[in-house]
Amino acid sequence: MIRVVKTKEKSSRQMMLIRLGAFVLALCAGGLFVLALGYNPLEIYGTILSGAFRSEMAIQSTIKFMIPLLIAALGVTLSFKMKFWNIGGEGQIIMGAVFASYFALYHANWPFPVLFVAMLLGGIVGGGLWALIPAFFKTRFGTNETLFTLMLNYIALYLVSWLQEGPWRDPNANGFPKIPSFAPDTTLPKVLGVQMGWIIALILTAVLFVYLKYTKHGYEIAVVGQSKATAIYAGMRVDRIVMRTMFLSGAVAGICGMVQVTGSDKTLTTGVAGGVGFTAIIIAWLAQLNPLGSLVIAFLFAVLEKGASVVQSEFGLAIDCADVLQGVILFFVLGCEFFIRYRFVIDGAAPKKGGKTDAAH
Amino acid sequence: MLLIKFLVAAIGASTPLLFGTLGEICSEKVGHLNLGVEGMMSIGACAGFMVGMQSDSFLLALLCAFAAGVMSALIYAVLTVTFLADQNVSGLTLTIFGVGLANFIGIYMLERTEDGTLKLGEGITQAIRAVHIPGLSDLPVVGELLFSYSPFVYLGIVAAIAVSLFLSRTKAGLNVQAIGHNPAAADAAGINVTFWKYTMILLGGGICGVGGAYCSMIINSGVWISDNVGGLGWISVALVIFAKWRPVYAIWGAFIFGALRVLKYYVPNTVVSLPTAFYDMLPFAMTALILVISSIRKKRDRNLPGNLGVNYFREER
Amino acid sequence: MNQYAIECRQVTKTFGTVVANDGIDLNVRYGEILALLGENGSGKTTLMNMLSGVYHPDKGKILVDGKEVSIRSPEDAMALGIGMIYQHFKLVDVFTAMDNIALGTPGGRLPVKALREKVREIGQSVGLEIDPDQYVYDMSVSEKQTVEILKVLYRGQRILILDEPTAVLTPQETEKLFAILRKMREQGCAVIIITHKLGEVMEISDRVSILRKGKYVGTVVTAETNEKELTERMVGRPVSLAIQRDEPQDPQVILKAIDLTIRKPDGSVAIDDLSFEVRTGEILGIAGIAGSGQKELCEALAGLCPAQKGAVLYHKENLIGKSPREIFQLGVHLGFVPEDRLGMGLVASMGMVGNMMLKTYDQTKGPFIDKKPARAQAEQLVEQLRIVTPSVDTPVRMMSGGNVQKVLLGREIASDPQVLITAYPVRGLDINSSYTVYDLLGEQKKKGVAILYIGEDLDVLLELCDRILVLCHGQATGVVDARTTTKDEIALLMTGGGKGAQA
Repeated sequence: MIRVVKTKEKSSRQMMLIRLGAFVLALCAGGLFVLALGYNPLEIYGTILSGAFRSEMAIQSTIKFMIPLLIAALGVTLSFKMKFWNIGGEGQIIMGAVFASYFALYHANWPFPVLFVAMLLGGIVGGGLWALIPAFFKTRFGTNETLFTLMLNYIALYLVSWLQEGPWRDPNANGFPKIPSFAPDTTLPKVLGVQMGWIIALILTAVLFVYLKYTKHGYEIAVVGQSKATAIYAGMRVDRIVMRTMFLSGAVAGICGMVQVTGSDKTLTTGVAGGVGFTAIIIAWLAQLNPLGSLVIAFLFAVLEKGASVVQSEFGLAIDCADVLQGVILFFVLGCEFFIRYRFVIDGAAPKKGGKTDAAH
Repeated sequence: MLLIKFLVAAIGASTPLLFGTLGEICSEKVGHLNLGVEGMMSIGACAGFMVGMQSDSFLLALLCAFAAGVMSALIYAVLTVTFLADQNVSGLTLTIFGVGLANFIGIYMLERTEDGTLKLGEGITQAIRAVHIPGLSDLPVVGELLFSYSPFVYLGIVAAIAVSLFLSRTKAGLNVQAIGHNPAAADAAGINVTFWKYTMILLGGGICGVGGAYCSMIINSGVWISDNVGGLGWISVALVIFAKWRPVYAIWGAFIFGALRVLKYYVPNTVVSLPTAFYDMLPFAMTALILVISSIRKKRDRNLPGNLGVNYFREER
Repeated sequence: MNQYAIECRQVTKTFGTVVANDGIDLNVRYGEILALLGENGSGKTTLMNMLSGVYHPDKGKILVDGKEVSIRSPEDAMALGIGMIYQHFKLVDVFTAMDNIALGTPGGRLPVKALREKVREIGQSVGLEIDPDQYVYDMSVSEKQTVEILKVLYRGQRILILDEPTAVLTPQETEKLFAILRKMREQGCAVIIITHKLGEVMEISDRVSILRKGKYVGTVVTAETNEKELTERMVGRPVSLAIQRDEPQDPQVILKAIDLTIRKPDGSVAIDDLSFEVRTGEILGIAGIAGSGQKELCEALAGLCPAQKGAVLYHKENLIGKSPREIFQLGVHLGFVPEDRLGMGLVASMGMVGNMMLKTYDQTKGPFIDKKPARAQAEQLVEQLRIVTPSVDTPVRMMSGGNVQKVLLGREIASDPQVLITAYPVRGLDINSSYTVYDLLGEQKKKGVAILYIGEDLDVLLELCDRILVLCHGQATGVVDARTTTKDEIALLMTGGGKGAQA
């Protein structure tokens, strides 16, 4: 009979090795799946790698994939550190994009630096406010944030489709409901061949790393995340911390939307978030809610997505395989966490029927 | 007549929600908040559709959708029951994985067709569209209102009642509820906590899978499209709160949300003219509203599994 | 009658590097009550958990009815006729008494009527009154215990193990419980009662088995021993409590609670019209059955939960309604050692450094935290209080109970409090750590700190405190002078009987 027992906490090196093992196992599982579809897994994995790095343009494109993933993961990190289950990244990205798009569409004549600041603030405010709604209800009434943030995703999504059909509809699109493309001088310039969002992403990573590790706010987030009772005991104003952190979490997601819409898409569509808000959660979790970790994992995932798009064009395997593989990786890593804290033991005694001896008196 | 048409459409539209809600209730009753409903439904949708298309057999499609749901729930169960992983993240990952997998397989199959569409065959389409009970179905009004639905509709209602009876009337059902409220107490009473957790989570997954099959086989008239579950799984998770963890209430809850989903086709433009996006948004906005209201009311519900979201490890402490 | 109901032979269980049970021998016959005596941390509960299938022994044998068995789950234990009543009851709140009693029993579901009758009948057989339709959430602690006992009887189990069953009971309820246990003994059940209260051991048991630090010390026939001998064997050396107690120096009223009324979150009254004084240089003990409002009182004093009515005056300033921060800004330095150390007093996942700055992190200017003073303080505490930890950055949840308490108490004392509130500060600690705590409190008292000591062990309260406030259902039933009062007097006050002399 197999039993579960707690083990001593392992060293960080052992933990790293276990997680790495899980990652490798996940790739193997993914490989088996590919094999079952009748492809050579090595070839597919090879194509993913080469697809992401084969040329300067491919690398630039990979980085372009990474930008929203990284920024959104940073946003998620803030709220998850506080154990606030914000799965509304999608909605917050969309709202940030909507607010930023307003300036791009209707104030295109502003000088670019002014416009840039306006769009950035728009993104921050849009995403932040959208995240503040569930935070408000959570702190005031204890409303379940998981589902609430999720519903706000859909509400934001249909808000965009309403803008498309009505107020912001492109009159020159022959009746097709779409929002006009942004004027060229309203979009983010390229730096080193990639839209400058990557600089914003890197700055945010550094800022958040410092914010979480070295500031009072970061300390408060850690305490609230660990135990609300302790936070109250320490004299922290928990409600205020939750609201503030959620605003920031949404604001970062909003910046993600702003960067995506003004740097990559150059128009607002319903696909602006495109699942990034969810993938971000996987990234943040895999990175153990560490911003620097997110940088690494987001890059890996970008390689996976870029590579998957190449696989799609070369093998006809849908790009969704990136989602599948990401899911599998997290499944394995989630499973392996168990082996960090517990272990299985097999009972010493041979499994006798002894345990079932009837209670005779 | 418009009203009857509306009611009929609403009942149809409520069916996937009913399955999803019912499946989630099964899982939550043993204390496991499974956010993977959307993913399990997607996998069920994919399995049901593909098998249905190949075999043209409704029964086989149904069984496969159920089995696929069970298999996907198994991932979640292994992670959260045995490996004690975080329920939120595990469920969420299951959703991302499931939706991705369904879309992936859908496109994989599409690439291998000649005309670029995946469509169910005639036989199965007939079988799933509407039952026809000679005599009853032809009755005016009543026939249309009660005896004109897809077999899924009846199956859903029967399943809801069955789960309800199981939970409230049987000893095993009582054991299951005890696990959801206090697994340590159930364990100490000699109930096999792990066995029942697995059973209920897998059963819930299977039910979700069947709900997914409805999405892929009926909503788009038998044509495969990507993302065919389209958020219904998520509404289902929220509907559990609305239904107060009671399977029979899930029928009404699902009906109301089904009605919201089809409302846009039945409100005459001449009466109110609202953008379609508004109608599409309605079920989600309504769910958010319900979440808020139920949290404000704050009444402790006896049916709410007290230990929801917390994994059980016997040797803790 | 020679056959033992349960016999343990050389049972050993280790957790990581800690040997919780080291070669324990234990046996009990049918028709006998065995007391299992030992201090906190001596391994009593671990042993019982092995008998009830929660843990599995690493080494050794367990025999039930003379046959070697392997108890792998509570289910197995149950099938062997072993019923366990835990300190924390294992009941489903939202079920009725009878549903709880029948829970998990084999066979189909009895009709409600038959079940109700059967439960009543079993209750009557041992003199228990119970309403089978009552919901557990509506029950008092002793009623819940009754349900637990009925659960065992309903299953026809004849070996009953009770883990500290009297900790939560009033003396009257304890008497009732003992009457039931005696009745069960008459009916031929084997009963093991785990306790560290000597008086109860002497009163109820036939034999006593003693554990010390995970080791088996021996078994004695109760009639042939006395409390003193038992204590010595339990602790391993002759002890009198002998807590150093100095006379209070120039006590001044520092906090004055007037007509304090506090409600629990569910609306029920926790503290009812309570008035008392806290004086400098004095330890005010608070006695009462668990759940008599102690927790709420502490939290209200510390500014963590609001009061419905009344005031707590510090000079002329009312502290009620003020946040901990506002209280601090008034110049009142409150130290608070809460009951839930890792869930409230400390951040379990952080090391000592992170925990040292919990209350002071905000006192520096600027947005950044300064870990240096916290680190220095942590290192100082490690040295002063001989805290055992791999490093000051090791998460406190990985430290032992005694060390965790030293971290918490040490931090609170280091903040130079004027008032120090301590809730069950020695709960779960071994004797040595407990004495460290008493000594620390004594030192603070000498420095003129006003100390509030919420305790459960009356002997300690009597020897440590200067005055004792006795709570019963949130009301003060008396304030007595700890030097002149007796245990009996306090016990009586705890249950609301009698009138206390004002000290």
